[in-house]
Amino acid sequence: MESIIPLITVTLLGGLLWLVIMVWAIRNHQYSDPEGDAHRILQTDYDDEPGDPSA
Amino acid sequence: MIALDSSSEAARTGEFLFGVQDMHCAGCISALERALSALPEVVSVRVNLTNRRIRILADTETEPERLAQCIRETGYTPIQLDADSIRLVSTTPQSQGLLVRLGIAGFGFANVMIYSVVVWSGAEGTTRDLMHWLSAFVALPVIAYAAQPFFLSALRVLRNFRLNMDVPISLAIILASGQSLFETAQSGQHAYFDAALALVFFLLSGRYLDLQTRMTARSAAAQLSAIEPDTTTTLAEGKEVNRPIGEITEGATIIVRSGDRIPLDGEITTGSGDLDNSFLTGESRPESVKQGDQVVAGQFIHTGRLEIKVTRSSANSSLRRLVKMIELAESARNRYTTLADRAASIYAPAVHLLALLGFFGWLTATGDTRLSINIAVAILIITCPCALGLAVPAVSAATTGRFFRSNLLIKDPDALEKLAGVRRAVLDKTGTLTLGIPIIDRVSGIHPQALAVAGALAASSRHPYAQAIHNHVMESAIPLATLDKVVEIPGSGITGIWNDQEVRLGRSDWVGAGSTGHSATWLRLGGDVFHEFRFIDRIRSGTRECIKGLQDLGIETILMSGDTEEAVRALADTLDIDQWFATARPEDKMAMIDKLTRQDGMTLMVGDGINDAAAMARSDISITPSSALDVTRVAASVVLVGDDVSRIPEAIHLARLAKRRVLENFTIAGCYNAVAVPLAMAGLATPLAAAIAMSTSSIAVTLNSMRMR
Repeated sequence: MESIIPLITVTLLGGLLWLVIMVWAIRNHQYSDPEGDAHRILQTDYDDEPGDPSA
Repeated sequence: MIALDSSSEAARTGEFLFGVQDMHCAGCISALERALSALPEVVSVRVNLTNRRIRILADTETEPERLAQCIRETGYTPIQLDADSIRLVSTTPQSQGLLVRLGIAGFGFANVMIYSVVVWSGAEGTTRDLMHWLSAFVALPVIAYAAQPFFLSALRVLRNFRLNMDVPISLAIILASGQSLFETAQSGQHAYFDAALALVFFLLSGRYLDLQTRMTARSAAAQLSAIEPDTTTTLAEGKEVNRPIGEITEGATIIVRSGDRIPLDGEITTGSGDLDNSFLTGESRPESVKQGDQVVAGQFIHTGRLEIKVTRSSANSSLRRLVKMIELAESARNRYTTLADRAASIYAPAVHLLALLGFFGWLTATGDTRLSINIAVAILIITCPCALGLAVPAVSAATTGRFFRSNLLIKDPDALEKLAGVRRAVLDKTGTLTLGIPIIDRVSGIHPQALAVAGALAASSRHPYAQAIHNHVMESAIPLATLDKVVEIPGSGITGIWNDQEVRLGRSDWVGAGSTGHSATWLRLGGDVFHEFRFIDRIRSGTRECIKGLQDLGIETILMSGDTEEAVRALADTLDIDQWFATARPEDKMAMIDKLTRQDGMTLMVGDGINDAAAMARSDISITPSSALDVTRVAASVVLVGDDVSRIPEAIHLARLAKRRVLENFTIAGCYNAVAVPLAMAGLATPLAAAIAMSTSSIAVTLNSMRMR
């Protein structure tokens, strides 16, 4: 029984961490242009400051 | 003060949006972004390939035309979009909100599943209770937040005393949560928190896909809306000034030149020219007009400069009246119930009835209220329409994506299903099957020297017949004759001096050849030597394949045009179409469509002119090439980018395939219910069985839908 407690804590915290990352990614418009991103990964010129694709 | 003026860089940058339909790869992205960021006034550029848009932040003073020019020079076709109106119709915040809900539901689903596995593997006593309490602790807040879209939608329809799919969904989620909480408090054996979360997660996925499909459709519609010319040249105190069309009053004089479209109805006070009526009437032959003639908004000027006294202001113009007619036609169109809606209207009451039946059956048989409620909840969860809620959106999302990639923009969300049911296609001639650009019919018997003179006369003119002659001469590699004093007389023809003799190319009565009935142009080579040039409309590339494809799919093809009987019959003969109607006015077309839509199956209308727009709005489904006027594009339910009409049968084939997938998915869901519902009724549906059954059926329909991609 006692061995379960840390496991539960780890899964819950892990899940919450994943959730925070996901919400951050969505708010950063990382899901706004899936098709474009699929192509951009093939480009050789690296863009440090990509614009906002939300439009 | 100086410091205030140069306050911040950000305050002086504005947003510019362009729709670019013809970009599709990593190379396009780099080329466009590199070319645009090279402009000094541009601050940042970002291509969105999913929506086919470019968002540019640049100095507010930048002329949009300069940016458009840069895109054109890179090799793409930009459509300027109004950033504010795009933001109004944008569903981005909505889709982001849904994605966050989906993420949270996924988090809850995954965690509760871990606890459930412990219970399924045989946990007893306090361990099971702990797992149930933990599940409740995670599941209840997650459900309260993530399932809100279903609750709100169910509440909305219940207020109107109606049922939709969200009512059984909400009921299942709420009842399952409540019952599970009660069982947990009683140290009971079965809790359905995992099933409730699975429902929320799967159905939110379906909702998200559905929104994406609608967003694609809506952004396509936004890209195509209203790019009307908004200013025109008018005479004010003897000077030419540009004014918005809305401000021009009746009695004012406006000036239009070759290459313009007439913005308002009026009467010609000065000048003469040749007008193209093809958008208005479907007639391919240019019309000559002179002082005193009436002109209507929408006519295109090939040659000449006209001063027009406006007889009707913009609010009353014939173009505006046509738009009204289209709106009226649209409101009279039969409301179409989608397959999913029809399925839902049977499904929702049936689910409630089954759950009630299970509840009362077990209550009378055992007298145990708690057991009966558990059975009813199990039935509600098992029958919950995961497949319906996920299968249809997944298929339409995959299909819309495929349409989008092959340059078909779907504006009407129901268009896919209607396209699948098309039984007959009504096709317009000028501008749709033909290009509306004349080419020379036959020149045999005309001396090369005559051709050389005609080509030289025609070289500088913008009249379509002149351009046809010039192109023909250039293609035949005949050197042009040398002429002096070439003068174009708009509305009549072109004259010049060749070998000290006057030569004329133009209308038969002006040239002096007497009047003939044909749509021909005559050349006079000094004295009484006449040559006749006849023209036919050039057939669009892919027209033959389009007609053949439609006929192969078993679709009845009908040709309907406002052009002369002679021209329509000739085209019908070459294309092998038996049913054709000529000299059809817009009202005739609409009446014809009305008659056809009353028959079985869907009627497709393909057209591009203003004269087709009302008929298109009235037909079940309509397709227009993107070269059409905005009025027509607004009326159409599908827009074809580019001019390859052979994509139309392909699109119908694809839509039929999509419909078959949806029906397959219904069958899969039906089979699953046929097995699972009796089990639930018999009280054999444990939470484990429910979780397995629900996941497998959802995954099965999703995989089947993905075959569309």
